Amino acid sequence: MDNLVIAGKTYSSRLLVGTGKYKDFNETRAAVEASGAEIITVAIRRTNIGQNANEPNLLDSLPPSKYTLLPNTAGCYTVDDAVRTLCLARELLDGHSLVKLEVLGDPRTLYPNVVETLKAAEILIKEDFQVMVYTSDDPIMAKQLEEMGCVAVMPLASLIGSGMGILNPWNLQIIIDNAKIPVLVDAGVGTASDATIAMELGCDGVLMNTAIAAAQNPVLMASAMRKAVEAGREAYLAGRMAKKLYSASPSSPTEGIIAQAAKKPANGNS
Amino acid sequence: MIQLTINGQPQQFEAPINVTQLIDHLALHGKRIAIECNGEIVPRSRFSEKMLAHGDQLEVVVAVGGG
Repeated sequence: MDNLVIAGKTYSSRLLVGTGKYKDFNETRAAVEASGAEIITVAIRRTNIGQNANEPNLLDSLPPSKYTLLPNTAGCYTVDDAVRTLCLARELLDGHSLVKLEVLGDPRTLYPNVVETLKAAEILIKEDFQVMVYTSDDPIMAKQLEEMGCVAVMPLASLIGSGMGILNPWNLQIIIDNAKIPVLVDAGVGTASDATIAMELGCDGVLMNTAIAAAQNPVLMASAMRKAVEAGREAYLAGRMAKKLYSASPSSPTEGIIAQAAKKPANGNS
Repeated sequence: MIQLTINGQPQQFEAPINVTQLIDHLALHGKRIAIECNGEIVPRSRFSEKMLAHGDQLEVVVAVGGG
């Protein structure tokens, strides 16, 4: 079996999905099911105090018994906020230590602050977290995060929620070639072909949220993404043909082609 | 009278309370939540022994949809 292994645990799906931006929890659940994802990200936020006490809870729709929940640090701009958020997440999820770290640097682009990300990763690893880390597509940074002890490195394809697709496949290729831990494209996928391209490059998986949630039909897009990731993975494993630039090669035999018919006289009477 | 800041909002209480009492007061009993007091996690196992003092800052969080 061709499985994804993260921090010693085996997953059959290479598609990881977020749970944000859906219309309601029913749609979230339907999309997650259609995606086939086993690892799903969640955010940690203040609960409403004194308001609707019987508000539905996300974890009732997506129970931790069924999915591997990956709490994130979305919205954190400092090391301290990121570490505190994940400590709360670990308490919330009964000691679960697999987390997604992201430390942002700019509210407009949501670009990761890699300096702060490195610092936060170091603290979290010392605290026995298993850190899947969102980062830029800088190969040196990716390698440093791996050497520090992160369990997966997750470079962006393009900006979070932008749907701009894979802007720098060359950098991703360098990161993949250098890495000994799983590399997952996180952020920027817009449609199925983007996910396939990521997998064809040799990524171990793809993490996405908005590409599914913001589609006109999220559940159908979730299904498309599942197939796209599988197709890209199979194409990668199969090994694509070499490109032959400006050099055509017929697929059908060049021998045994029927002869050109003899020309008949124009009036046809012989 | 003590004042606690809960998720950024000040609230007054007649007498010192522990975290279990706070959770009941907030009608969050039985909910999947995590609590931090002055930047430190309060483990669920210590909710009833952790007394809250005037000026304490609490964060009460849940898991929500996110990417």
